[in-house]
Amino acid sequence: MEFSQIKKVLDIRCSGLFEAEIDRHTIRVLPENWLTVAKVLKADADLTFDSLMCLSGFDLGDSDMLGIACHFYSMDKGHMLEVIIETPKKNPTIPSIANIWRTADWHEREVYDLYGIIFEGHPDLKRILLPDDWEGHPLRKDYVQAETYHGITIKKDKTYWE
Amino acid sequence: MNTKTHIDQSLIKTDEMVLNMGPQHPSTHGVLRLKIHTDGEIVRKIEPIIGYLHRCFEKHCENLGYEQIVPFTDRCDYIASMHMNHGYALALERLMGIELPPRVEYIRVIVGELQRIASHLVALGTFGLDIGAITPFTWMIRDRERVLDLFEYLCGARLLYNYIWVGGVSHDLPEKFIRRTKEFLDYFTPQIDEFDQLLTFNKIFIERTADVGILPPDVAVNYGVTGPSLRGSGVNWDLRKNDSYSVYPDLEFDIPVGTGQMGSVGDCWDRYYVRMLEIRESIRIINQALKAIPAGDVHAAIPKKVRPPKGSVYSRFETARGELGYYIISDGKNIPVRLKMRSPAFCNLSVISEIAEGWMISDIIAILGSLDIVLGEIDR
Amino acid sequence: MELTLLNKFDQDNIIMGKLDELINWSRANSQWYFQFGLACCAIEMMAAAAPRHDLERFGAMPRATPRQSDVMIVAGTVSLKMAERVKRLYEQMADPKYVISMGSCSNSGGPYWQYGYHVLKGVDQIIPVDIYVPGCPPRPEALLQGLLELRKKIREETPLRKTVNE
Repeated sequence: MEFSQIKKVLDIRCSGLFEAEIDRHTIRVLPENWLTVAKVLKADADLTFDSLMCLSGFDLGDSDMLGIACHFYSMDKGHMLEVIIETPKKNPTIPSIANIWRTADWHEREVYDLYGIIFEGHPDLKRILLPDDWEGHPLRKDYVQAETYHGITIKKDKTYWE
Repeated sequence: MNTKTHIDQSLIKTDEMVLNMGPQHPSTHGVLRLKIHTDGEIVRKIEPIIGYLHRCFEKHCENLGYEQIVPFTDRCDYIASMHMNHGYALALERLMGIELPPRVEYIRVIVGELQRIASHLVALGTFGLDIGAITPFTWMIRDRERVLDLFEYLCGARLLYNYIWVGGVSHDLPEKFIRRTKEFLDYFTPQIDEFDQLLTFNKIFIERTADVGILPPDVAVNYGVTGPSLRGSGVNWDLRKNDSYSVYPDLEFDIPVGTGQMGSVGDCWDRYYVRMLEIRESIRIINQALKAIPAGDVHAAIPKKVRPPKGSVYSRFETARGELGYYIISDGKNIPVRLKMRSPAFCNLSVISEIAEGWMISDIIAILGSLDIVLGEIDR
Repeated sequence: MELTLLNKFDQDNIIMGKLDELINWSRANSQWYFQFGLACCAIEMMAAAAPRHDLERFGAMPRATPRQSDVMIVAGTVSLKMAERVKRLYEQMADPKYVISMGSCSNSGGPYWQYGYHVLKGVDQIIPVDIYVPGCPPRPEALLQGLLELRKKIREETPLRKTVNE
């Protein structure tokens, strides 16, 4: 199905809960409407997005919003959809879809680890790549590298170069 | 041989024990830590803990130019680095709309399939080593060395090539490359039958891997499992056919799928055998590509400065382990705003907490080996 | 010492030498290495142990546990999460122990030196290193040369006497 047809089905099922960007083939959803739209994407007979390909966080750096981008694919219908959800940097929370697509379980943990976005309803939200006592969320654009971690200097000693 | 046994609690007082496997353990494929809650020998719950090789790849990508990122993509999945380069180049070529000369496409297919053979040889060899068979490991690594010899002749490196650039490849094929590849394939094709005789249809191997770690297809799709692990569960899904790219539509090959020949569909033996059959299919593809490769200039389409237009792209590629995805957000400059790599082994590993319950500890080793993970791309 | 030993055995079956040399000779020629492969260099270490560049003909056997090994080959990037485990494993090895740092990442941080917030810039920040093998990844022959250099270093030790340097 083409993007325009997907948009038509979504207009019928969950009108008003999303905004479509036709030239980029993406839809934007607010965090409070996300669970409803996600359930429609999975369960609807015309859409059947049964596989979540990728869930990535992003920080564009020029505004005070963090966001996630989800890419869905339907294995029997063969169509693709991108969904973007943005949330303010001060208090970032997005509902979790880990119980609908189990792929999202570890991907959301990674976004929490590196960006600090809290996923409500996630079964076990804790850090996955960095140690449990790490401070800060490194992939944010305003992240400042710490000096030491457990007594080990992090920055490279370049005194013997210069 | 189903080991989901029930222990009669009234006779012996048992308690659950937490066993820690890793991060340094000769049987894990990298620095992976498994927290196993066991009841005697039977596993009740497994929790994989990763992050011991987190090398801040995505932070480097936000500070380096697009051309400088290519060697870093090599080092993510170091066993199949040509595929990582190719996936990245594919994503940027889609974003920039670059049209490639046909010679470049055929060269990429040839090195990609050679890399698939080398990667599967490591996967199968170390799987045999985990089960306890040492000879197949030595034979497979010996044959893999010949593939690495070809790569060294081509671009100078044995393991991390930095070969496939955005818009082309770094070196054209040297003069004897095609002849040496044909000689390698003539030597290697009967070797696979020897591997089959030695390991695949070996009674002890079958006893240890058939009916173990069954992965149902709907669970696999829900967890995002792709690649040979998904095809071992009977799902006919390969990005080279279903979402095709490069010159794969012009080449003839089959997609091997697990059929439950020795046990049930989706057990460890099926995943192993799918990889074995994929090696045979790769040989078929390389033979066709060697015949059909045209002449041309491989550097013709390489842009002087990689500056993609404003926008974003998500593109997928079939590596030896599954679906590799690159999500790139660009704002018109030479440095990406965000580059996310969706690695296949990340999702393949997450399914182990679902399928490992009720098996014995030595079966966990077999299941982990059959999923074929590389920690470099999981942790990035 | 090898050549002279062989020569002496050809002529006589009694050899005179220093006890220091005998101990050094036996330690140098049977280095059981602790396979501590972390990342890409681990694949080259595996290839060095494989049939083509055989490590066992030099007496180097892979051991899975630190308690039974003499040499620890740190192959690959050490992240900060892994650094404490590296230190603990080093302390679990019995004396005399040596460390070979294989590859640029464990020598000095490697290609991840600039923006790696989670990468240890060189394993010599936490454990003492004897031999550095450069390369990214180093060829198996380079690792072999590293082991031979370690042998030369061991031959010059004085295990029975305490010298000023120790």
